[in-house]
Amino acid sequence: MIDSIDLSLVNWSRGQFALTAYYHWLFVPLTLGLSFILVFMETLYVRTGDEMWKRITKFWMTLFGINFAIGVATGIIMEFEFGTNWSSYSWFVGDIFGAPLAIEGIMAFFMETTFLAVMFFGWNKISKKWHLASTWLVAIGANLSALWILVANAWMQHPIGMQFNPDTARNEMQNFWDVLFSPVAVNKWLHTTTSGFVLASVFVVGVSSWFLVKKREILLAKRSILVAATFGILSSIFVIWSGDGSTRQIVHVQPMKFAAIEGLYHGQEGAGLVAIGVMSQSEEDPENENIKDFAFRIEIPNFLSYMAYGHFEAFVPGVIDLIEGNEEQGILSSAEKMERGKYAREVLRDLKEAKAANDVVVYEAQKAKFMDPGFQDNYFKYFGYGFINDPQQLIPNVPLSFYSFHLMVGLGFFFLFLFILMLIFVMRDTIERRRGWLRLAIWSIALAYLASMSGWTVAEMGRQPWVVQDLMPTFAAVSQIDAGMVQVTFWLFAAIFTTLAIAEVRIMTRQIKLGPKDGRK
Amino acid sequence: MTVGKKLWVIILIKLFVFFVIMKWFFFPDFLQTRFDKDEERSEYVLEQLTQ
Repeated sequence: MIDSIDLSLVNWSRGQFALTAYYHWLFVPLTLGLSFILVFMETLYVRTGDEMWKRITKFWMTLFGINFAIGVATGIIMEFEFGTNWSSYSWFVGDIFGAPLAIEGIMAFFMETTFLAVMFFGWNKISKKWHLASTWLVAIGANLSALWILVANAWMQHPIGMQFNPDTARNEMQNFWDVLFSPVAVNKWLHTTTSGFVLASVFVVGVSSWFLVKKREILLAKRSILVAATFGILSSIFVIWSGDGSTRQIVHVQPMKFAAIEGLYHGQEGAGLVAIGVMSQSEEDPENENIKDFAFRIEIPNFLSYMAYGHFEAFVPGVIDLIEGNEEQGILSSAEKMERGKYAREVLRDLKEAKAANDVVVYEAQKAKFMDPGFQDNYFKYFGYGFINDPQQLIPNVPLSFYSFHLMVGLGFFFLFLFILMLIFVMRDTIERRRGWLRLAIWSIALAYLASMSGWTVAEMGRQPWVVQDLMPTFAAVSQIDAGMVQVTFWLFAAIFTTLAIAEVRIMTRQIKLGPKDGRK
Repeated sequence: MTVGKKLWVIILIKLFVFFVIMKWFFFPDFLQTRFDKDEERSEYVLEQLTQ
């Protein structure tokens, strides 16, 4: 019963999913990026025959192993939650999620773990080239397995390539390639994996800087910075490019998210991009906690229009346009969308009742509507709006979306600057004297995780209230279970994952302090 | 204990906690445990989506 859903159940279920997703993501980006850094280091070893490169590779491989071992299977918890806490959602999307998640499981399990074992235990047992091939396959496998889960996530942000079956209440995949090569999916995968490359590069630069501050493992540290900073610069450029691509898509497929991350309430032509801003209570609507104005902002004129549509005078819709509609710009009001969504739900209800009453004529007539492209484009497209009672529910948390987005972008540019600087210092051989920069690089490891988490906050909080964009709001996706049980498991997971995170940090820092196994200075 | 052994212990404990304790006691599949057939599951979700 959607109308009687306990909001505390929804909030605890959301909180639990956010908690497990954030903790899972603590481990993933380092695996994605460090695997490729290992590839480059080992390739240098195989090509040059220099044993120092082997020693460097093995040191970072140990840290990779710690992260992998502690992080492995933390993602499976989210699948448990789908079945228990989010059963309506799981059923609704089942056929779309099934294929990518099955491929992800097979790929992660077979490709990654098989070659991971060879990578760790195969030194001196197989030839150098075969070992290097295994390291390459671990890196490719890890990043390909990330593809499938990100394809599933992208479908939730932009559902395409499916047909809703009103008899089963499930979305059925019509075209696998449309789902896989959805522009949102491709950009999301590129942006997410390359952001992992940046995080891993910051990690390697940061840990290496610690060695330099301590005046230990000088050659290992310098060579590691050389590889990681180079990889970091290339990855950062790619992250900026793919982030720009993602933003251009968001403005089309999730315009409310775009307005929220930019803090744009009133749409305008030639909209300026707020580079830095501080939000305050709006004078316009002081009663609404979610409507904030800027107390301070530095704006780049017309740049938001350019970023969104490729020309400086384009109209960019704001939150108010998307709620109230804008006839001139062809934007439907939320009230109109809610009407259409309610009609689509009514048709589904009539179909269900006709089926139960064996009324073949009404049943066939209603079913035909779901197969009609006109009904799909004009009514079923807004199915989720049929659950919404107040248009205010359609506005995500604007300050959270705005700050998370700007923090992520700002830190992304900072990391690019840091990589360039560290690379110059290493190439000029002055890095050991740059104590302040070395210390900043160490602290940047925490900033890299903050940026990465902010990215997911933008993606997931910015799209609220939707769990499947425009088709299913989050509150309609939860199972009717006891909120108390969700609270219990929330705290259990909080305890388990916090223990794992502490174990990761303690084992990792101990291993870093020990340095490479042979103890050579 | 070497780091390798420590990691194996963590992996095994973690898998036990996740798959035996958490999955078994706290995360039954809502629709699978309540209904025997897919038709019943569909009906239940349709009811949720249309009321």
